[in-house]
Amino acid sequence: MNALVNEFIIKLKKRKIEGSKTTAKLTAEVLRSCISQQRLPQTHQADALIDAIRGIGEKLIAANPVELAVGNIVRRVLNIIREEDVSLTAAAVGGLGISAGSDDEDDVKQDDHQGLSAAAVAAAARNTLRPPSLQTLLEDIPQSTAVPRTSSSAGDSEGKSKSADKNSTSKKLKHNVIEAVNELIQDIATCHEQIAEQAVEHIHHNEVILTLGNSRTVMEFLCAAKEKKRSFRVFVAEGAPRYQGHALAKELVARGLQTTVITDSAVFAIISRVNMVVVGAHTVMANGGVIAPVGMNMVALAAQRHAVPFVVLAGTHKLCPLYPHNPEVLLNELKSPAELLDFGEFSDCLDFESSSGSPLLDVVNPAFDYVPPNLVSLFITDTGGHNASFMYRLIADYYSADDIVVKQKSIS
Amino acid sequence: MVGKKGGSKGMGVAEDAEEELARTPLQAIILADSFTTKFRPITLERPKVLLPLVNAPMIDYTLAWLESAGVEEVFVFCCAHSKQVMDYLDKSNWFGQPNFSVTTIESHNAISAGDALRLIYEQHVIRGDFILVSGDTVSNMSLSQALKEHKERRRKDSNAVMTMVIKQSKASPVTRQSRLGTEELFMVIDPETKQLLYYEDRGDNLKGYLSLDKALLTYNTSISLQNDKQDCYIDICSPEVLSLFTDNFDYQHLRRDFVKGLLVDDIMGYKIYSHEIHSSYAARIDNYRSYHTISKDIIQRWTYPLVPDVQFFGNSATKLERQGMYRAPEIKQSSSSKIGPFTVIGSGTSIGNNTEISNSVVGEGCSIGSNVTIESCYIWHNVTIEDGCKLKHSIVCDGVTMKSGAALEPGVVLSFKVVIGRNFLVPAYSKVSLHQQPIKQDSDEELEYADNSSGITESPSVSGTLDLLNEEERTELPDSQEYEVGDGGVGFIWLVSEAGQEEEWRHSVAPIPVDKLVEIMQISNDETDLPNEDGAFLPPSGELGPDSITNDSNEDAEDIRDDSVIFEREVEATFQRAVEEDVTDDHVILEVNSLRLSYNMASADCAGALFYSVMKLALDAPHDSPNELYKNVVSTVRKWKKLLKYYLSSIDEEIEVILKFEEMCLESAREYSPLFVQILHHLYDQDIIQEEAILDWASEKEGAEESDKIFVKQSEKFIQWLKEASEEEDED
Repeated sequence: MNALVNEFIIKLKKRKIEGSKTTAKLTAEVLRSCISQQRLPQTHQADALIDAIRGIGEKLIAANPVELAVGNIVRRVLNIIREEDVSLTAAAVGGLGISAGSDDEDDVKQDDHQGLSAAAVAAAARNTLRPPSLQTLLEDIPQSTAVPRTSSSAGDSEGKSKSADKNSTSKKLKHNVIEAVNELIQDIATCHEQIAEQAVEHIHHNEVILTLGNSRTVMEFLCAAKEKKRSFRVFVAEGAPRYQGHALAKELVARGLQTTVITDSAVFAIISRVNMVVVGAHTVMANGGVIAPVGMNMVALAAQRHAVPFVVLAGTHKLCPLYPHNPEVLLNELKSPAELLDFGEFSDCLDFESSSGSPLLDVVNPAFDYVPPNLVSLFITDTGGHNASFMYRLIADYYSADDIVVKQKSIS
Repeated sequence: MVGKKGGSKGMGVAEDAEEELARTPLQAIILADSFTTKFRPITLERPKVLLPLVNAPMIDYTLAWLESAGVEEVFVFCCAHSKQVMDYLDKSNWFGQPNFSVTTIESHNAISAGDALRLIYEQHVIRGDFILVSGDTVSNMSLSQALKEHKERRRKDSNAVMTMVIKQSKASPVTRQSRLGTEELFMVIDPETKQLLYYEDRGDNLKGYLSLDKALLTYNTSISLQNDKQDCYIDICSPEVLSLFTDNFDYQHLRRDFVKGLLVDDIMGYKIYSHEIHSSYAARIDNYRSYHTISKDIIQRWTYPLVPDVQFFGNSATKLERQGMYRAPEIKQSSSSKIGPFTVIGSGTSIGNNTEISNSVVGEGCSIGSNVTIESCYIWHNVTIEDGCKLKHSIVCDGVTMKSGAALEPGVVLSFKVVIGRNFLVPAYSKVSLHQQPIKQDSDEELEYADNSSGITESPSVSGTLDLLNEEERTELPDSQEYEVGDGGVGFIWLVSEAGQEEEWRHSVAPIPVDKLVEIMQISNDETDLPNEDGAFLPPSGELGPDSITNDSNEDAEDIRDDSVIFEREVEATFQRAVEEDVTDDHVILEVNSLRLSYNMASADCAGALFYSVMKLALDAPHDSPNELYKNVVSTVRKWKKLLKYYLSSIDEEIEVILKFEEMCLESAREYSPLFVQILHHLYDQDIIQEEAILDWASEKEGAEESDKIFVKQSEKFIQWLKEASEEEDED
């Protein structure tokens, strides 16, 4: 287990893993294998598991603090453990209630609430903050009815089954958590499709869409609209200095989309002809601000000036429960200046022979830009479209408030 | 990693040869010793590869790069201070990396890179192509492309044994050295195959001229001579390289002996190729100046991801703030202190009031007092700098203490644990160490041994008391070798040898002083002026002075006149040689022709010059009276008639000869003037000059001034006679 984690940490440290989606997926997979190999004590299983994951998560986050997807997934997994724990205890308590002989559902619920500690109530209250999808509501019911039956059947031979019961609940917790993490990995893998499904609602006939750089999500989104027989035109700002827009243009043309490539500096000139700006993001912060490839702020400002909707596509793994403090510096990565200039060409400008020893030429190559929430018209995530001011609410659905600071506590 | 491995295995099944290549893991040899003394006195106590470069040991940069470039097995060759290197590698986690094995090879007798490679050859550990670097290389290049090219060439031609990595980097036109402080490098490369044909890294020996073997031009359709490239000292070698070193046991230096040896040797036909990198970074720390330059490059992030805020290996978490300020955690900094741009501060360092630090690197655990100024310095770990010190462009090693008020002038190097006394000013470019300077000047290739067992036994141990140390010193070196670094200071200032002092500024961390630049500029100006004045002394092999291209048109005319004078002298010299050494006419013709081509002269000029030489010869022969002189002329002309005739193929050239003769009579050889007609007649008789030429000459002169007509008048009778003769012929 350690070897696996260490290898992943080294890769993160050396910046060998790029892109928030791959990072998120790999993080989730590493955590899953950690959970499955974690030996749990008899009591306070959830706490032990949470603490172990926290320890690993802390290291992972430190390995590449700029890649926020790592922290997001660690927090998501922690939240999953909490939820599964709560639902298991609730089920167990509920099971006791049933075995006590009450037939009425409502009574059971009330009994539950009386039996639970204050913390559990709080957790349950948070539990209700989960995305209010019908599926989860439906899933909850069979679980709570299924569990009691096993426990009641085990209740017949009460004395000897006590330890076996514990064992089964420990396995149960692990099993449930792993199931949920699997679901999370599934979600990450399919987030493009989920977002792309909504494309038809946003892109209409004969529209002009502008995008910057290369985002897989954006590409899938545009292609989905194309597949639904919408005909529209795409302007691609090339995204200096990495020029990933070129790759995007290639892909779009291969899928038969009308594509125009422009320089980043031509965005303002072209924006009045554009109906909508659709871009990808590196991370969405809790206040609705967006960390995105460099140049995005300029596009957002241009869009605001001409009242063009600025739409940001982001999978749920990109939602980050942190607030951006000093985002230009703390949440940025300065890449090699070699992406901008050829070192050899400028080698004579880089002589450090001025009297103070400071170079006359300095080249700065930040990877990210910060787009404040007031410039974003709409976020489209796997779960649908949201306003920037709603993001904190959405984020509260996915993360527990206890996990915002990921730090290992000593095991009690 | 796992996926990658599986992929390569899958491919291997398809092709047997491919499999063979894919299965041998990529190996690299790191020479953890530079076999030079450029970093003395620091390297007396610690090997160069462990010196901190922006707060991480140099070898970490090399290893991290090799690891990320996909190298699987690394052999670290340790020599000087081998124990320290091995201890360090033990302590760090390099030994326990997945898919990356590090093995050390220890030796105490190797005194050069050649010895090291011979030793590695004997160990039979290298199985395929390998990367050869030294442990002070900083790079982020990807090796895959260069490796692919190398392997492809190998498949076609097994003699392509080595691929050298080069990078564009312009040398300063003034100091003739690169930004890394190395000499200007000249390389000849075949632009199509990228084969390296010539390599010269010692610009000083060239004295402004570069001579290439003619054969380069005969065997290659095109070559390009490059002086804006930097040698990265990253070589992709075939296993043959090791056996070549073993075969040629006198090979020591990788470049001076091996590369040049292979380039010159055309019997075995081994070839070296070059691979140029553009966007990625590669450089080697060779001297203090390159230490300075590469540190700055790292701080400016050209080496990304090998930068302080990325934890590429074992370095502590550092945060990058605005304007290139790198800060490790746990820094105690007074609010009144100023930390300028492009500065790195290590963890656990405390900085006092009103202290200013700019463009510097400060290591871990340093304590810096109040009112200190630090400008463009490299301060390593656990250094104590007391209040009011001033540091400029210096390197301060681990454990140094600077008492309050001490100051360092540019270019100073303070080695480990030196103490600089109160208010002491360390003069520029001085190196201070606890070790005594070795008395005899060692050769370049000398080893840097300072293991406990050998080398420094005569040096005092740090822990000894001051008096005792002084005692010891006195007994060993009676003359003025007491500590000379101020009140309470500990350390010896190393004297720089007379010759070295001049060059000290070239390789130091300090910027080149302006007056030095001006001085060099003047010298180089003088040098370029020289050929103008002494043009006559240029060797006749077609070397062009640097000025001949840049001259403006005004000077062109002068140049041509100069050229014709030079040309005449050259012809005369050739002719004289021919007379003395009895060279046949054919050979003289050949030589004169080549002169004519190199000076771009007409054949008429040749005729004139040659005639001049012949007449001069006749004149030089002993004679008393005009009569004897005439006889001399007759005999000489008879002897060289064939030669003269060769160049007198048309009337124009004959006229030129007459004009030349006239000029001679007027200026250089007045003895001939009474004999003008006689000799002219003789030349006519000998069929050297035809009558048309004489007549044309006469008619040409008709319009000239009186003074010019002396000889026409003299020869009037002769001309008259000629005219009549021709008329008679016409009548016939």
